[in-house]
Amino acid sequence: MEKLYDVAIIGGGVIGSAVARELSRYQLKICVLEKELDVCNGASGRNTGLLHSGILSGDHKLRTECCLEGNAEFDQVAEELDVPFRRSGKLIVGFGEEEKLCLEKLYEHGLQCKVPGIRMIGADEIKKIEPNADGETAIYVPSAGILCPYTYAIALAENAAQNGVHYHFDQEVTGIEKGADGNYKISTVKSHWTARWVINCAGLFAYRISSMLGFGTYIPQRVKGEYEILDKKAGKFLSIPIYPAPSENGDCDIHITPTVDGNVLVGPTLKEIGDEIDYSATQEKIDEMMIQGARLFPKHVKREYFIRNYTGIFPYVVDPVTMQRVDFQIQSDPHISHAVNLVGISTPGLTSALPIARRVVVKVLEQEDLLPNPAFNPIRKGIIRFADQTDEEKARLIGEDPDYGEIYCRCECVTKAEIKQAVHNILGVSTVSGIKYRTRATMGRCQGGYCETRLTSMIEQELHRDAKDILLNQNGAYMFVGKVK
Amino acid sequence: MNRRDVVIIGGGPAGLAAAAALKKAGIHDILIVEREKQLGGILRQCIHDGFGLTRFGETLSGPEYSQRFINEVKDLQIESITNATVIDLSNDKVVTIDTTEGLLKIQARAVILTMGCRERTRGALAIPGTRPAGIYNAGVAQSYMNLYNKMVGKNIVIMGSGDIGLIMARRLTLEGAHVSAVFEILPYPSGLPRNIEQCLNDYNIPLYLSHSVIDIKGDPRIESVVAAQVDEKQKIIPGTEKEFPCDTLILSVGLIPENELSLSAGVSLDGRTKGAIVDENFQTDVPGIFAAGNVLHVHDLVDFVSLEAEKLAEGVSRYLKEGSLPEADIPVETGSNIGHVIPQKISGTRDIQMSLRVRRPVKKCRLVISQGSHTIKSIPMPKAIPAEMIQLQLKADSFISKEPVEVRIDE
Ligand SMILES: Cc1cc2nc3c(=O)[nH]c(=O)nc-3n(C[C@H](O)[C@H](O)[C@H](O)COP(=O)(O)OP(=O)(O)OC[C@H]3O[C@@H](n4cnc5c(N)ncnc54)[C@H](O)[C@@H]3O)c2cc1C
Ligand SMILES: Cc1cc2nc3c(=O)[nH]c(=O)nc-3n(C[C@H](O)[C@H](O)[C@H](O)COP(=O)(O)OP(=O)(O)OC[C@H]3O[C@@H](n4cnc5c(N)ncnc54)[C@H](O)[C@@H]3O)c2cc1C
Repeated sequence: MEKLYDVAIIGGGVIGSAVARELSRYQLKICVLEKELDVCNGASGRNTGLLHSGILSGDHKLRTECCLEGNAEFDQVAEELDVPFRRSGKLIVGFGEEEKLCLEKLYEHGLQCKVPGIRMIGADEIKKIEPNADGETAIYVPSAGILCPYTYAIALAENAAQNGVHYHFDQEVTGIEKGADGNYKISTVKSHWTARWVINCAGLFAYRISSMLGFGTYIPQRVKGEYEILDKKAGKFLSIPIYPAPSENGDCDIHITPTVDGNVLVGPTLKEIGDEIDYSATQEKIDEMMIQGARLFPKHVKREYFIRNYTGIFPYVVDPVTMQRVDFQIQSDPHISHAVNLVGISTPGLTSALPIARRVVVKVLEQEDLLPNPAFNPIRKGIIRFADQTDEEKARLIGEDPDYGEIYCRCECVTKAEIKQAVHNILGVSTVSGIKYRTRATMGRCQGGYCETRLTSMIEQELHRDAKDILLNQNGAYMFVGKVK
Repeated sequence: MNRRDVVIIGGGPAGLAAAAALKKAGIHDILIVEREKQLGGILRQCIHDGFGLTRFGETLSGPEYSQRFINEVKDLQIESITNATVIDLSNDKVVTIDTTEGLLKIQARAVILTMGCRERTRGALAIPGTRPAGIYNAGVAQSYMNLYNKMVGKNIVIMGSGDIGLIMARRLTLEGAHVSAVFEILPYPSGLPRNIEQCLNDYNIPLYLSHSVIDIKGDPRIESVVAAQVDEKQKIIPGTEKEFPCDTLILSVGLIPENELSLSAGVSLDGRTKGAIVDENFQTDVPGIFAAGNVLHVHDLVDFVSLEAEKLAEGVSRYLKEGSLPEADIPVETGSNIGHVIPQKISGTRDIQMSLRVRRPVKKCRLVISQGSHTIKSIPMPKAIPAEMIQLQLKADSFISKEPVEVRIDE
C-alpha cells in the first residue's frame, strides 16, 4: 500500500469523517487513521443524536456559530447523505418559579443568539405540543431536531471513501515526528505512515495528539453520561425531545429524547470521571434515570420498556496553567506548519461537524492552494431499509433480489439483503456491531436473540472468516472460542 | 388476494399440533407459515432428551419429538411454507408474509398465533457494568452450540435458574467448559426439580439461591461478575459481594411471549402472562384470532403445548363451522398465590381446561376454584411450585352463574 498521503486525519469519528469528506472536495490524497474498527465507536456513536439549536451553547462564540450554521443546513445535509433526520423541535420545561426564571433568562439568551422561532409557552401549550410531557413553563425550540448519530458518522465516512479517502482501522497513532523533508512520520501500533498534513480529530484522545504535534498540552477532564434505551412501545408516546431547565453551570440534567427510529433515550446522567475512560453502567445512575425520567415523561419511563443501556464520554480538557476548561478549539499555529488541531470538541459536535470541517478547510487553504476535485460527488446512499417501504416497494425489492424475502432481524424487520450489503460495506468494517450500526439488526427488543446467529454466519461465509476471528465490536471482543467438539 | 380458512403463524410444536388436529376435525384449507428453514420450532435446538413423557409415554429428544408432528403434518398433506416470516397481521385477519418468492397477502377466516417466545435480555434487566463480548442468552448459546457448531466460552457463570440455563450448564460442561456457578435471585429455583438434579447436582455445579449478579466487569471480553446475596425484597445484602472470574456469562432469566403481531392485530394482552387474553376456546378478544403454546403463556414442558394446541383446534373448527363462538362473559380471576390463569374468561357453556401457576412455592395446600360463595372444586396438593404448571379440567355444568370465577391457593 502506498503510504505517502497529502493529508492524514487522526480519528474517524463524525468530526474526522466530516473533515475527510470536506477535504475530498479537493485534489488531495487523504487517509483517516482510526484506532478502532469502525467510525462510530467513540463519542459519535454514543450521544443523544440531537440536532442542537444553539440555545444551550452558552457564551462560546465559535460553538454557537457552528451550531447555528449546522442546524440551519441539516435538511439538505440529511438529504445528500441519506441520514435519518426529523426536525422535531424541542421543549425545555420547568416546574416552579425558580425554573421559570431560569428559562426566561435562557430565552433572552436564545433571542440574542438568534436561535430561530423560539417561544415561551405555558402548561396548556406544552400539552398541545406533546400530551405526554409534563411541565409548567417551557421554551419551545422549533429548529431542534433528531438524527441518527452513528448513521451520520458512517454516511460522512462512506461519502469520503466514495470520493477517494482511504480509511485505515486498528491504527492507533502512537507518535508523530516531522522529518527533514517537512513530512510528518506517523507511527501507529500497526504501521508507519507519511503525510504532508496532519489533522487531529482524535476526540477523547485529541489531547495526546495535540502534544505530539507540539500544540498545547492539556489535561483530560472527562464527563461520563449514561443512557437507557426504551422500547418502541414507549416511543409511540413521545414526539419531541424534553429537556429540563439547565442547572447553574448550564448543563441539562437527564432528558428524554425520541430517536428517529422510534425508541426513546433517557439520559445522559452526568458524572465527572477525571482522566478515566469508563463506559460501564452503574446502579446509582440507572436509579437516577428512573426517577428523573419519570418526572419529564410520566408513565412511560419504566423497567419493562428497558432494552439496553450505553454510555458516552464528553472529551473535556483543561489548560494546565489556567485550569480553565478548553472548549471547542480549532487551532493552527504558524510555528507548526501543515497541522490543524481540534481539541475539546464536545457537545454539540454532531450538529457542528460540517461547520467545523469547513473551518478546518479554511485553515488548510490559508497555507496552501488546493485544486477542486472534479469527480467529487456529495451524494451518498445508505442501505435501503426494507421495513420502511410500502408493500408495493417491498414486493418490487423481493422481485429484484430474493434476499429481501428473508427476514434476518425480526424485531427491526431487517432482511438478508440488507445484512449482506452491510457486511460488504465500503469502509471494510467487519464487526458484528458494524452490521448493527448499518442496518439496525440486533437493536430491537430481543437484542440479537434471533438474528445474531445469522449475522455471525454471514460474516463467516461472506468474508471467509474463521468463527474464532469474529469480533463483536473491537479487538479482543471475540465471540467464540472455537468449534463444538 | 389469496384466501385461506386458517393461517397458522409459527410451525413449532403448537402450530403443528393445531394443524394436525384441525385437519382431523375436517378443516382442509390450512397454511402453516414458519420463518425458519425447517418446521419444528425451538425444539430443533433442544438436542437433549426428556420430551414426550406425557404426550407419547416415552422419552424423546427435542428434534425427535417435533419430527413426529412434522411427519404427521406431512402425512395429512397440510400445506406449509418455511423461510417465510409474517411481518404484519391486521385486525381483519390479513396476513402479510415476506418470502423469497414475493410478498404474500392472505385473507384468513381464522388465524392461529403460535409464534413462541423470546428470552429476556441483559438490557431488559439493566444489569450494571461493562458491555463486553461473552454475554449470551441461554437459548442463543444453545443455538450456537447445537445448530451452528460454535463454542461460546470456557469459563462460565450462569445467571438465572430457568430450565434452558440449567440444560446449558450441563451441555457446556459436557463440551469441556467449566461452569463455576448458577445464581438465582429467588429463594428457590425457577427451573424444574429434575433439571436441578440432572443438570447441576450430577455435575457438582453450585446453585446460589437468593443471589444476583450486580456488576459485570471486563472489556472487550467479560472477565468476571460480582454476585451478592439478596434479602426477601431482593435488595442486596451489603458485605456479601463476591467476584467470580469467567469469560462467559449465560443468562436464563425468563421468557417473554412474542406478541408483536398480536398487538398489531389489536389483540389485548394479559399483563401477567404477557400473552393474549383468551377464552376457553383459546380465542383472543379479536374474533377469529386464536393463540396457544408459548406465545400464550410460557410452558415448561412441550407436551402441554401440544395438548393445548389440540384443544384450541376444537374451538377453531367450531368457529369456522358456526361463524362465531359463544360470548365469554365470565371473568376468571387470580386469587391468593396465583401467578396467572388461562383462560382469563369463559362462556360457561363448555368443558374447559385450565392452566395456572402459583406465585411462590407452597407445601400442603388446596387449590380452590370458586364462584361467589360457591366452591366449584377444592383440590388438596402436597406441594405446588412456580416452575410446574398446573392443569385441570372443569365441566361446563360446574359454572352456576355469571359471577366471576376465582382461582386461589389456600394454605
Ligand atoms: C453523552 C454525550 C451526548 C452528546 N449529545 C450530543 C447531541 O445530542 N448533539 C450533538 O450535536 N452533539 C452531542 N454530543 C457531542 C458529539 O457526540 C461529539 O462532539 C462528537 O461525536 C465528537 O466527534 P469526534 O469525531 O470528535 O469524536 P469521536 O467520535 O470520539 O471520534 C474520535 C475518534 O478518534 C479515534 N482516536 C482517538 N485516539 C486515536 C489515536 N491515537 N489514533 C487514531 N485514532 C484515534 C477514536 O477511536 C475515535 O473514533 C454528545 C456527546 C456526548 C459524550
Ligand atoms: C431456548 C428454549 C429451550 C427450551 N427447552 C425446552 C426443553 O428442554 N424441554 C421442554 O419441554 N421445553 C423446552 N422449552 C419450552 C418450549 O418452548 C416449548 O416446549 C415449545 O417449544 C413451545 O412451542 P411453541 O410452538 O409454542 O413455540 P416455538 O417452538 O418457539 O415455535 C414457534 C415458531 O413460530 C415461528 N415464528 C414466530 N414468529 C413467526 C412469524 N412472524 N412468522 C413465521 N413464523 C414465526 C418460530 O420460528 C418458531 O418456529 C424451551 C424453550 C426455549 C425458548
